[in-house]
Amino acid sequence: MNQVNPAAHEVPFVQLLTPDGQRVTDAEHSFDGDRAAIEGLYRDLVMTRRVDVEAFALQRHGELGLWPPALGQEAAQVGSARALKAHDYAFPTYRDHGVAWARGVDPSLLLGVYRGTDLGGWDPADHQLALPNIIIGAQTLHATGYAMGLTLEGLVGTGDSERDSAVIAYFGDGATSEGDVSEALDWAAVHQAPVVFFCENNHYAISLPAANQSHVPIVQRAAGFGLPGVRVDGNDVLACHAVTQRALQRARDGQGPTLIEAVTYRMGAHTTSDDPSRYREAAEVAEWKAKDPIDRVRLLLEAEGTTPEFFADLSAEADALGVHLRQACQNMPEPDLAELFDHVFVESTVENQQQQAEYVAWRASIEGSVSA
Amino acid sequence: MRMTMVKALNSGLRIAMENDPKVLLMGEDVGRLGGVFRVTEGLQKDFGEGRVMDSPLAESAIVGTAVGLAFRGFRPVVEIQFDGFVYPAYDQIVSQVAKLHFRSRGRVRMPMVIRIPFGGGIGAVEHHSESPEGQFALTAGLKVVSCADPHDAHWMIQQAIASDDPVVFMEPKRRYWETGEVDTETAPAPLWESRVVRPGRDATVIAYGAMVKTCLDSARAAEDDGLDLEVIDLRTLSPLDLGPVVESVRRTGHAIVVHEAARTLGLGAEIAARITEECFYSLESPVQRVTGYDMPYPPSRAEHEFLPGLDRILDAVDRARAY
Ligand SMILES: Cc1ncc(C[n+]2csc(CCOP(=O)(O)OP(=O)(O)O)c2C)c(N)n1
Ligand SMILES: [Mg+2]
Repeated sequence: MNQVNPAAHEVPFVQLLTPDGQRVTDAEHSFDGDRAAIEGLYRDLVMTRRVDVEAFALQRHGELGLWPPALGQEAAQVGSARALKAHDYAFPTYRDHGVAWARGVDPSLLLGVYRGTDLGGWDPADHQLALPNIIIGAQTLHATGYAMGLTLEGLVGTGDSERDSAVIAYFGDGATSEGDVSEALDWAAVHQAPVVFFCENNHYAISLPAANQSHVPIVQRAAGFGLPGVRVDGNDVLACHAVTQRALQRARDGQGPTLIEAVTYRMGAHTTSDDPSRYREAAEVAEWKAKDPIDRVRLLLEAEGTTPEFFADLSAEADALGVHLRQACQNMPEPDLAELFDHVFVESTVENQQQQAEYVAWRASIEGSVSA
Repeated sequence: MRMTMVKALNSGLRIAMENDPKVLLMGEDVGRLGGVFRVTEGLQKDFGEGRVMDSPLAESAIVGTAVGLAFRGFRPVVEIQFDGFVYPAYDQIVSQVAKLHFRSRGRVRMPMVIRIPFGGGIGAVEHHSESPEGQFALTAGLKVVSCADPHDAHWMIQQAIASDDPVVFMEPKRRYWETGEVDTETAPAPLWESRVVRPGRDATVIAYGAMVKTCLDSARAAEDDGLDLEVIDLRTLSPLDLGPVVESVRRTGHAIVVHEAARTLGLGAEIAARITEECFYSLESPVQRVTGYDMPYPPSRAEHEFLPGLDRILDAVDRARAY
């Protein structure tokens, strides 16, 4: 019914690096890093993709129950997350493997949720990174509340760059339909909370094209809530970095929230359980393949004189990461239900303790009867 | 005809849509994709985008707009993609769907079906294996049913759609791909009745949804020990139809209630109370409950420990009989 949303294509976006590797300028945004900085981002992109490729293979080998690929969205994730300072905070989704990578998480910790051994992976305080959220959109409110807390603690707009902090919330195009996301945009604007809303518009929510979710380009929603909106080429890591850095700095300076719409594409299936051939054309995928977020950076670096050794070393590093992921995956400890009872509450309840004891006794009886 | 539960639901939906142009389907990915479980496969193609609507990703909106459609005389059948995603719609379901008939003193009807694939056992990630049926069953104004096999799935979905009260329709996703005989000809059993699915003498095992098969498997295993278990499929969780349960427990003297949902304040508690009220002098042991534990659903590699299985069910039978 609602397939065509012509306006969606007409809104310009910020681009600093074209698909064929040419640097271009933007009136308000620039990427200030040198070649080494771009090499650093390139490494992040390559390593993120390797995580994805390995995890996908692990799922196909039955080691993971499911995997949601980030394939094609590496630039949006890496570019934005690398604009964060260590003391900023991020709230990611299940697909944001590149964000976890950029926050210094050992990527093998991403696998537990999908292997079925864990529900989390890391201590959020270690990386200033919340656990990935599967409930669509909910984390945008968490980010807003966290940002309100920063303001309450006087960590915004002091002019001290070691102190001033911001928050970023990741979410998809589909998520923009959930009430939580509209409520978050509204609250953040009303409270002028130091939060950046980073929407990865990968064009699909499972089978549904983005036009099913929003009758206007997502970026235009910002105006209605009273916050600035920026559209960026989500496959351009330099532009994603520049745009996010600017929005984060506004937030840290006490100038309030920003909505960023990163226009990218989900190159893979929604998850390994999904079959996208049922709802999209191969030609569309091919069109986006030509806009790959990694190829364009490689073209740029090659033109700018990055050495072949750099690429060779990186490729070896990615191979080593692959080995690490495979080993770590297979060695993940099995979850122990008896232990899980300990984590339901801070202060355990009588019922909880009784059921734990009952479970432990029952398992002992089973093991006893097996060995007997 | 043998078919999977998915196919049986699909054919039931199709018949309901053919019979009544006011029946509409809505939900995330239900159109072109046919739903993530393919329950609505092919229906958009045959009935059009007006009657099979891919909704935006917003559960509150799915149920909330269904309320408006029901005001206009439609009979919306909405799909919640997975059990754990019903909560954004919880307010609409509890505060609106359940109360409008009552508030209007019967002037407004909410002939709506809210389909929810529920329960664990499929190795899924978090929020995809939950059992929220009790939360709806204790909400006055909602009816809640659960099918356990393809035959019931085919008929119960049609009966739920025909009901003028709102029905939360719990589909045991773990059984979606199991096949069973579906008799599409003879008249179905009434929707609001529970049923003895295996007669037996020694103890009464009560379940619904995916656990019915687990209990039937347990009964088969118990035969080896010379035990003859009666298994009852509740089918309707609100209202409860405990007639067959009471009749059975009066004969066997033992009752074991099995569900995946957490134990404390779960449906098993209500059933145990009612059995105690009505079978007090026939009971030879306290009603046993075999349930999920009082914790959020665990990581899937621990779910076989969490979910009631043969061992725990037979253990409870032994405990009851040894009491
Ligand atoms: C509240 C809720 N409803 C439904 C789902 C099922 N679901 C998982 S991902 C998804 C699509 C999300 O699309 P989008 O926000 O665009 O993110 P993407 O998957 O494209 O990264 C849906 C419907 C869910 N996880 N949570
Ligand atoms: Mg998307």
